[in-house]
Amino acid sequence: MAVSSPLKAQHMSTLTSSGPAEPSRLRVVLGMLWRDKFATAAVIFLLIAILCAILGPALLTEAATRQNLRARNFAPFSLDQGWLMILGGDALGRPLLARIIVAARNTLMIAAGAVALSASIGAMLGLAAGYGPRWLGTVIMRLADVIMSFPSLLLAVIVLYMLSPSVGNVILVLAVTRIPVYLRTTRAEVLEIKERMFVQAAQVMGASSLRIVFRHILPMVIPTLVTIATLDFAFVMLAESALSFLGIGIQPPEITWGLMVAQGKQYLANAWWLAFWPGLAIILTTLSLNLLSNWLRIALDPAQRWRLEITPANKIGGGKANG
Amino acid sequence: MADHLLEVRNLSVRFHTAQGIVNAVNNVSWHVDRGETLAILGESGSGKSVSSSAILNLIDMPPGEITSGEILFDGLNLLTATHEERRRINGKRIAMIFQDPLSHLNPVYTVGWQLREVMRVHAVPAAEAAARALDLMRRVGMPEPEASLDKYPHQFSGGQRQRIMIAMALAMKPDIIIADEPTTALDVTVQAEVLKLLRELQDEMGLGLVLITHDLGVVAEVADRVVVMNAGEIVEAGTPAEIYHHAKHPYTRKLIAAAPGKGEMNAPMAEGEALLRVERACKSYGPFKALNDVSFELRKGEVLAVVGESGSGKSTVAKAILRLIEADSGRALWKGRDLFTMPSRELYAMRREIQMVFQDPTQSLNPRMSIFQIISEAWVIHPEILPKARWKERVAELLTQVGLSPDHARRYPHQFSGGQRQRIAIARALALEPELIIADEAVSALDVSIQAQVIELLAKLKRELGIAFIFIAHDLPVVRDFADHVMVMEKGRVVEIGTVREIFDTPAQPYTRRLLAAGLDPDPEVQKARRRAVA
Repeated sequence: MAVSSPLKAQHMSTLTSSGPAEPSRLRVVLGMLWRDKFATAAVIFLLIAILCAILGPALLTEAATRQNLRARNFAPFSLDQGWLMILGGDALGRPLLARIIVAARNTLMIAAGAVALSASIGAMLGLAAGYGPRWLGTVIMRLADVIMSFPSLLLAVIVLYMLSPSVGNVILVLAVTRIPVYLRTTRAEVLEIKERMFVQAAQVMGASSLRIVFRHILPMVIPTLVTIATLDFAFVMLAESALSFLGIGIQPPEITWGLMVAQGKQYLANAWWLAFWPGLAIILTTLSLNLLSNWLRIALDPAQRWRLEITPANKIGGGKANG
Repeated sequence: MADHLLEVRNLSVRFHTAQGIVNAVNNVSWHVDRGETLAILGESGSGKSVSSSAILNLIDMPPGEITSGEILFDGLNLLTATHEERRRINGKRIAMIFQDPLSHLNPVYTVGWQLREVMRVHAVPAAEAAARALDLMRRVGMPEPEASLDKYPHQFSGGQRQRIMIAMALAMKPDIIIADEPTTALDVTVQAEVLKLLRELQDEMGLGLVLITHDLGVVAEVADRVVVMNAGEIVEAGTPAEIYHHAKHPYTRKLIAAAPGKGEMNAPMAEGEALLRVERACKSYGPFKALNDVSFELRKGEVLAVVGESGSGKSTVAKAILRLIEADSGRALWKGRDLFTMPSRELYAMRREIQMVFQDPTQSLNPRMSIFQIISEAWVIHPEILPKARWKERVAELLTQVGLSPDHARRYPHQFSGGQRQRIAIARALALEPELIIADEAVSALDVSIQAQVIELLAKLKRELGIAFIFIAHDLPVVRDFADHVMVMEKGRVVEIGTVREIFDTPAQPYTRRLLAAGLDPDPEVQKARRRAVA
């Protein structure tokens, strides 16, 4: 306690000093974001990616699909063929930069859709399995076991063979195969959290099960789920490209980053840029999401938030006062 | 000066944290000789454990830093000794006993294996180690020593585990044992046995014993000398009797004054209508009977203390009344209606009237909710109590009532100390305007001085709001100060029930007498007289 109490005093003083001004919520959040420079960079990158996804197809679809056989596998870093060719051309001479921008929409939509769907369904089922009656938990867990024991690619092949390989169906298939991850994590956390004293305290106050689950348990599980979801984002992008490769996912002329990586793979030896640039886009997106989720985890935890609230000047002053 | 066995001279340790430098101990000096017991007394945060961690090289450096001082063991300065020299001393010549034996025993190895391990790392031949392990188990008074060597830590009770820890500490025949709160997690009767064992072993082997504790009773029972620490500094040193009767420093005086069990006992209340009447409540888990025919009565504005050792069923009673667990049979009549069979609609209304305050306020407050949210949640659940417009005002009122400031409402639980958190938990219970508060070990996790303040607060609520309490505790002096009636439980049965005066002055049952005798008095003279009477 000797170690932590000055911390506490320090923290309280920052709280009270910022108290009377009562800055707007958005300002506070932006301020907290700015203190973590990596997270700021990540947010900027993600905003750009989203912007590409929204505006890209309308502006660049024509450029991205026009073939130019003279610029086949055109090497990057040259402006001879116009600025769109700065990242090089693909096997049919289409500009890679334009294609990456256009592909952002499909890629992000599929990945975000699949992750959001599987995370929310998985979390709900996990909460039900963890807090609900025992028989319900057993039923849900066995269903999860069925999904997990079934090779996910095989499941995707069967489903997409029966349904048409549209964006919506790809999202659905990828979501179903990822549900067990969220389900099992959520259930395990719920089983631990529901034994904690504050849950009993809420019970004693007469709180309904719904209130306990959503007000007391879910907020404790969400940071874990967000972390898994960001990692899953990359997995889903690559899984989607595997489906495309098998001919049951997104099909040309539609494009996604995963599909571009898959198509560029055979040219790796003589035209590395075909697979490299879309691969880099996937990596940067995942990395940004990871950094953002890391920031979010700290920002959402009242006990950790002070790390993002103190300004460097404050920090030094506090240190001296304590010493 | 080098004639002491272990001497700490002018030791200062500080920690570098994100918020700057924190001085954990400042210029601390003490020493201990062979055959002597030194107690280091202090409340949490006083730095009482830091110097012993420095002796055993347990401080992480960085963030820790030893800025000055020396630690002399048999003339060797440990702080300048090589890593290898210190490793040979740690565990072999200076051994340590921790507060929580379960977390310091490895659950996947047998106790015998772990005992032999201690000797193996200090190069004792296997055959000799095995023989000595058995001998040690006998020496610390373990029942069936041969069989217990092959058991795993979870198969022992808390007191037995502490005996195993002591056996491990003794394995290399050390010169010094450092015991950090060795009996804090134990029941009073077990505590008395463990302290007795430590004293016997010390006499027999001539050990130097350094005992770190917050409990004046433990000091009175075993210490030859005591140093009192506050905020990283030694404020006073002397024999227990000197310190207790002629404390010079205001902090020591405050600490002694806060020790419970000295005030007037409450006079029993006038007879009145029973608020709660529990009749023949039973609850079993398989063959184990957690509650066996428990019956008692509680009147309005009265405090019923439930005492007993761990596993006696005290908490089970509380949980059954609150329907956190379902009783097997029996009745609990709350204003004439049976709580055990109440349908969930009525149960929801009843939740307003009976509230609970838990042992560990760190765990009973949701860490992600602000104090305002925690307290006002009561009104979200029971909207009929208070219109939303008045919430802010009422939260401020409640916080003032429990001795906190209204602007604390914006903060989060981690920003408060243990005692403050318990006040918040009490404010939350009060938000529902209950008629009965069940306090399950509500003050046992708190320092004595804070414990006294919280008891004071509860007594005030009882006086001013006429709230009845079921006060579950293992700490008898606190019960003596606060309760009107006392119920003594053992193994799920009610052993004895009566007014506080009856139980403390004229206990009828041998179990009650044993429980009372095991309690340690903070006055060394009283404790010495008591020890003689037992022997």
